[in-house]
Amino acid sequence: MEYFVQQLINGITLGSIYGLIAIGYTMVYGIIGMINFAHGDIFMISAFIALITILAIGVTGASSIAFILLALLIVLVIAMTFTAAWGWTVERLAYRPLRGSFRLAPLITAIGMSIVLQNFVQISQGARVKPLQPVISGGVTLMRGQTENGPIVVQLSYMQMIIIITTIVLMVAFSLLIARTPLGRAQRACEQDAKMASLLGVNVDRTISLTFVMGAALAAVAGLLFVLFYGVIDFYIGFVAGIKAFTAAVLGGIGSLPGAMLGGLLIGLIETFWSGYFTVEYKDVAAFSVLVIVLIFLPSGLLGRPEVEKV
Amino acid sequence: MAEIDKIGTAEAHKSPGQQVLGEERAEALRGEPPTVPEPSTISPLAGAVKDAAIAAGIAAALFLFFIGQKTDLVTGGLGLRSRWGAFIIAIAVIFAGRLTISLLFSQQYKVVEFDLSATIGKTVGAPLAARFGGLTRYFGTAALTAALFYPFILLIGFPQQDKQFIDLGVLVLTYIMLGWGLNIVVGLAGLLDLGYVAFYAVGAYSFALIAQHFEVGFWIALPVAGMLAAMWGLILGFPVLRLRGDYLAIVTLAFGEIIRIVLLNWYTFTNGPDGISNIPDPTFFGLEFKRGDENLPGIFGMKYDSAYKQAYFYYIILILALITNFVTLRLRKLPLGRAWEALREDEIACRSLGINTTNTKLTAFAIGAMFGGFAGSFFATRQGFISPESFTFIESALILAIVVLGGLGSQIGVVIAAIVMIGGFELFREFANYRMLIFGGLMVIIMVWRPRGLITAREPSAVLKEKKTIGADMVAQGEGH
Repeated sequence: MEYFVQQLINGITLGSIYGLIAIGYTMVYGIIGMINFAHGDIFMISAFIALITILAIGVTGASSIAFILLALLIVLVIAMTFTAAWGWTVERLAYRPLRGSFRLAPLITAIGMSIVLQNFVQISQGARVKPLQPVISGGVTLMRGQTENGPIVVQLSYMQMIIIITTIVLMVAFSLLIARTPLGRAQRACEQDAKMASLLGVNVDRTISLTFVMGAALAAVAGLLFVLFYGVIDFYIGFVAGIKAFTAAVLGGIGSLPGAMLGGLLIGLIETFWSGYFTVEYKDVAAFSVLVIVLIFLPSGLLGRPEVEKV
Repeated sequence: MAEIDKIGTAEAHKSPGQQVLGEERAEALRGEPPTVPEPSTISPLAGAVKDAAIAAGIAAALFLFFIGQKTDLVTGGLGLRSRWGAFIIAIAVIFAGRLTISLLFSQQYKVVEFDLSATIGKTVGAPLAARFGGLTRYFGTAALTAALFYPFILLIGFPQQDKQFIDLGVLVLTYIMLGWGLNIVVGLAGLLDLGYVAFYAVGAYSFALIAQHFEVGFWIALPVAGMLAAMWGLILGFPVLRLRGDYLAIVTLAFGEIIRIVLLNWYTFTNGPDGISNIPDPTFFGLEFKRGDENLPGIFGMKYDSAYKQAYFYYIILILALITNFVTLRLRKLPLGRAWEALREDEIACRSLGINTTNTKLTAFAIGAMFGGFAGSFFATRQGFISPESFTFIESALILAIVVLGGLGSQIGVVIAAIVMIGGFELFREFANYRMLIFGGLMVIIMVWRPRGLITAREPSAVLKEKKTIGADMVAQGEGH
């Protein structure tokens, strides 16, 4: 029981991070119908920006709590801003010139961009893993139990609390942004019918750019949380995290924001429970198998609308 | 080229009507006079400088953390080191490059009357396109002749470096074969497969394991490995081929990763990350390439030279690749091949004409997988050692890049792309990291510059009276759904 609860907490934490990345996939797919393959690498870029900013500010676990919180807030803003610039640039260079081209073309430039970003970071920052001393440590003990292997403690660390709370706050804010603001309205209009929206005076190109910017900013939040929680990053983290987040977006129903979050949580839980109860080595296989199974039996995902193909 | 360098082009110069999606633009404007951008009030040079300054500003934001700072492992964690010199140089390069490009090519700021793409189109493109059918034929024949005599020229002409260059030839031919195999799936049937390396891996491991456990030679194991790969193609293809283009891409990518992870972790069967070594060499009618009079060069009274074995490998892969090409060209003329191409163009039309789309896709997938399997078992015997490390996603991306950059569906395009890319890769071996960066960048630039690949014109599969070359813009080529 205690073990189960602990895995549940870990799964939700991991799932929150996947969910934040998945939103970037789902929004881009919703608006221009392409898989932004480089999004996982945008997440990786943001993790590096966050790491470097933390080092530059010089905040460590020994600093006072007020300073840590203030510093992390600054790091968050910086990481979101600069990652957004990366997201915007990638869209501008690799996707915008191909708008209206045949369907596979942007997917191939996306793969090219992903390779470029990975190797750029590898060259400029080195291939070795970057460890960060924990900035936020400690937590609260929820349960204590006894198993045949000795005592077991269920812990909810402060970092996990921060991750879950941040994710919830961002989700609420983001849903409001999409539902209530003119920008969100423009975005939904482009999603439904880009041509009609442009005839009605919506600047489609700018809306698409802003979609990439917002997706990148959310990935930056995920990147900062990832650095703080796991404490180890390298230039390759974007690939696997990207595929899993995409799986999450598909599982939830691509194009649907709550779906992306739900899918992220499910993928995080599946992966954690699989590692906890079966084998760690095959946890990626479990996540990928979920992708395959969902696409075969439920192609529109849990919360997505079925797509009708017309002549 | 002009389109990729649009960073910072002021959106204000366009009226809203211009920003309709690319393909739909013409349609949206039909029947109305096209909107003319308002004449800019600033001089072209000042505009270009401003534009370049914006690009440099964005580059500064992008590079600040990655070139400006470097994380280093120091005692007690990570340390930062500033590299402002490199940072400033990088920004200056971006500024200068952007300025040059916009002054030369951009419509808005151009000061020199020189249109690169039009010039190329007139001087090189048009004559090439006019004689394209002939060129393909001559190029094909010339390339084939060159390929046939390549090892001889090296063995006789350059005895010092023959091994190295024959090896390079073998490598290029392996990728040509893989490209041709994938071309069936992506170029003809229009199914984007991002996990092609899975079948390459299945072929390699099948041969290695069969050779290890049953002690059979290359020539018996080769067809078995091909069959097994084709079978895997069917198994993987059957559930997923109903999916639309880009979903299919991600699922095949997932399958590729699953197979690699299983190979990595199923220690008792595949020996895990240690891989399988001592894979036998292929024999020549029972004779081996070894030292000694009873073995191959010795029987003819020749001195043993390991370059002979390389040359033998070269001819094996050449024949395998030519078989792939021959089968593809023949299949294109059969109803099956035409169904593939029809499927690529319009799936709904195919279905309404009574083509069984699932079976048609499955055969493309299985045949593509089979050639991947052949290439894989050749790879295993040539290396003598295989491990899951050889079958990563980047390998799939490389093969796909060869197919796409060469021109979807074009056999000659694959050859050119494979020679350029693999040759370039080997030339710049010292710059291991930079070459991947450049490779990714080239993928983006070529795709933006020529979305249909280098060779865009195609010969029609079925002709009435005379052959006419079809421009790729006329067909919705490779529209994988």
